[in-house]
Amino acid sequence: MLSRVANTFYWMARYVERADNLARLIDVNQQLLLDSERLDSDRLRGFWQPIILSAGDEETFNSIYDEAGSAEVIHFLTDDPRNPNSITSCIGLARENARTVRDQLSDELWEEMNSLYLFTRSEEATLLISSDPARFYQKIRRSAETFLGIAASTISRNEAWEFMDLGRHLERADKTTRFIDVTSYLPGGSEGMQSSSPGILHWSAILRSCGALGAFRSVKRGFDARGVFDFLVFSKDFPRSVLFCIEAVDTALHRISGTPRGTFSNEAERETGRLLSDLNFGSTEDAFCIGLHPYLDSLQARFNRIGEAIFESYVLMPERIQVSPVGDSRSPSAIALWQMQQQQQQ
Amino acid sequence: MEMFESYDPGEFYDEMFQSDGSVRAHCAPLLRRFRQLDERDFLARKANSELYFLRQGITFNVYHDDRGTERIFPFDPVPRVMSADEWEHLEAGLTQRIVALNLFLHDVYHDQQILKDEVIPRFYVEQAKHYRPEFRGVDVPGDIYIHICGSDLIRGADGEYYVLEDNGRCPSGASYLLENRNALKRAFPRLFGDMGVRSVDSYPRDLLNMLHHISPRRDADPVCVLLTPGCHNSAYFEHCYLAREMGIDIVEGGDLVVLDKFVYMRTTHGLKRVDVIYRRIDDDFIDPVVFRKDSVLGVPGLMQSYRAGNVSLANAVGTGVADDKVIYHFVPRMIQYYLGQEPILKNVPTYLASEEEDMKFILGHLPELVVKAANESGGYGMLMGPSASKDEIADFRERIIADPRNYIAQPVISLSRSPTWCDGALSGRHIDLRPYIIYGNEVKIVPGGLTRVALTKDSLIVNSSQGGGSKDTWVLRR
Repeated sequence: MLSRVANTFYWMARYVERADNLARLIDVNQQLLLDSERLDSDRLRGFWQPIILSAGDEETFNSIYDEAGSAEVIHFLTDDPRNPNSITSCIGLARENARTVRDQLSDELWEEMNSLYLFTRSEEATLLISSDPARFYQKIRRSAETFLGIAASTISRNEAWEFMDLGRHLERADKTTRFIDVTSYLPGGSEGMQSSSPGILHWSAILRSCGALGAFRSVKRGFDARGVFDFLVFSKDFPRSVLFCIEAVDTALHRISGTPRGTFSNEAERETGRLLSDLNFGSTEDAFCIGLHPYLDSLQARFNRIGEAIFESYVLMPERIQVSPVGDSRSPSAIALWQMQQQQQQ
Repeated sequence: MEMFESYDPGEFYDEMFQSDGSVRAHCAPLLRRFRQLDERDFLARKANSELYFLRQGITFNVYHDDRGTERIFPFDPVPRVMSADEWEHLEAGLTQRIVALNLFLHDVYHDQQILKDEVIPRFYVEQAKHYRPEFRGVDVPGDIYIHICGSDLIRGADGEYYVLEDNGRCPSGASYLLENRNALKRAFPRLFGDMGVRSVDSYPRDLLNMLHHISPRRDADPVCVLLTPGCHNSAYFEHCYLAREMGIDIVEGGDLVVLDKFVYMRTTHGLKRVDVIYRRIDDDFIDPVVFRKDSVLGVPGLMQSYRAGNVSLANAVGTGVADDKVIYHFVPRMIQYYLGQEPILKNVPTYLASEEEDMKFILGHLPELVVKAANESGGYGMLMGPSASKDEIADFRERIIADPRNYIAQPVISLSRSPTWCDGALSGRHIDLRPYIIYGNEVKIVPGGLTRVALTKDSLIVNSSQGGGSKDTWVLRR
């Protein structure tokens, strides 16, 4: 498969996954807000701040807004074109990537992607966001899930699929850690959240953000920080746990290279194998010793390194070719754009 | 109410009706089917077909539109129907023409016999914007230069077909032809029934066979790719569509590298050799080492590999000299010169501004003529005399005098019309025809072509950039 195409599949899946996760996060927290007593603007800020922080977009947010009320935050995360990680922006980017590899997608898969894109740009969407946000987020999640379902049943299990798998699971692992990390930013930090009553609300909200509430209940009793953390990081069976995702990344990488698991043929495989072993042999106790936030932070840094290593091994190929590929196709330079348009259409 | 009841063919050649208002024999079955449709049903189906285009992303970007809006290419559900006789005539004429054009290109890039014999003035060829003298003496597989040609045909008031221009560089639109058929089949399945419409499915196969045919490599299955300028080009949808239908990779310049005069693509498992490139990038941008230095779309070193015969390009480099609108004037002479035949399809009478007599005539009759720049396309660089303002005419007068080599003029041809749904009723709109001619092992022309229609009343400009739409084109079996 063309390196650029592999990269495009990877990002298409990542952006769909990101939009899906964000939709769940906002929806759950909005509902959580309905359960709480009326909050004054200070406490409202305290409520949303961790969510913006966990999305990693605090700087962008502060450069755009003075206030951090519900309306601002929701707009910022949902359909603000100035936020490159808003749901609408993610769908736009996913669709742009899909368009680039349109020739390799089934008609149904492309149509689902394109319909979702057209929906996010429609008046219907604008209306829903203000009148019935829960339905808006549900629609995003449904469509993302449909996309995944169609992909699973129409894409051959070749490299296109493996690279999508990589993108999806890395993004998922990253988002799961960020959702847990929300607690670190709450007033009092994660220590204060052990089992006091707002803590239970928050931990169950995190589980719901990860779509894990039912699965969690079936194996654990009661909500406490350790139980939830253990489930979301170390569960071998739950498809959004960090361990599960990294396991999937490792499997996909070895399918691509053809080397047996447990060995490695490039940096991406080495980084992933190491992380996987740390997770396999690690425990919630260790994580709480290190401290929740630093532990999650270091996981996220390792996900990033894996992402970079995948790019270097399969797209840049510096050891094989001197000339580097022309810039990022997702944001072409003004010159490239102009030149693309200059090609005479006879 | 029946939709054709108030239809008026007017004073034009109408593709469906004769001047006395009776239906042309080969259109009668279609008209009967349409009469069974009621308007509401028709409109609902029309809306369905539009949704199909939008969802499939069969859209084009309108340049100079800051919002980056994507529009669908308007599709009119009333097909244009051609009888078997009509089509066979066109097929013979187009085949004759592409053979002559290729003989001309081979000649111009080798011995230049036609220039030595002064059948075409040397000046016109050497001054042609897209002439590439640096490629004289370079051989191409099978001596074929134009592998894919999109000649534009129009039909005058006399009912005769004329060639308006030959597009021999990167003609586009074939995907619309194929998708129009898909859309019509989906929206109006019953229209087809037993009408005997010839299928257009073979196009991608013919295209791929041609690419295989021109491969320089005989010892292995050739690797063919489609080279696109990128996803921000207005025809990107088409590039993807054709690549997918052919099952070949679509590549950008950055995906290809040239090492020791061979072309390779970067894959996740290293470099893979490429034999044939169906390129949708203009000559100017294809290799920054040889052509425009600032091109970021091309492949450095590609021309070296091409010259060495290690990679084939469709279309070849330098074909633009043959579709220069001045050279167009000489195509009938090429047919006589190389083939010793009379042209089956006529040219539109053309005046060349660099000929003294013609220039006088052009300047004296600007308000009656169509003036065209020799190397523009897409309906740009054109003056429609009868509808132009005084200022526009004055502007073109200056341009023509300043650069006569690059201007031609033609009488206004009143294009034939076809019933088209506009503003809540069926009425006549002007159309043209863009067939796609493939020249590989043999000449293959997909039955029909893309019928473009000027949706604005009385307009003669069918280009999509100027508010044109398209129709499905039916060629009937014998």
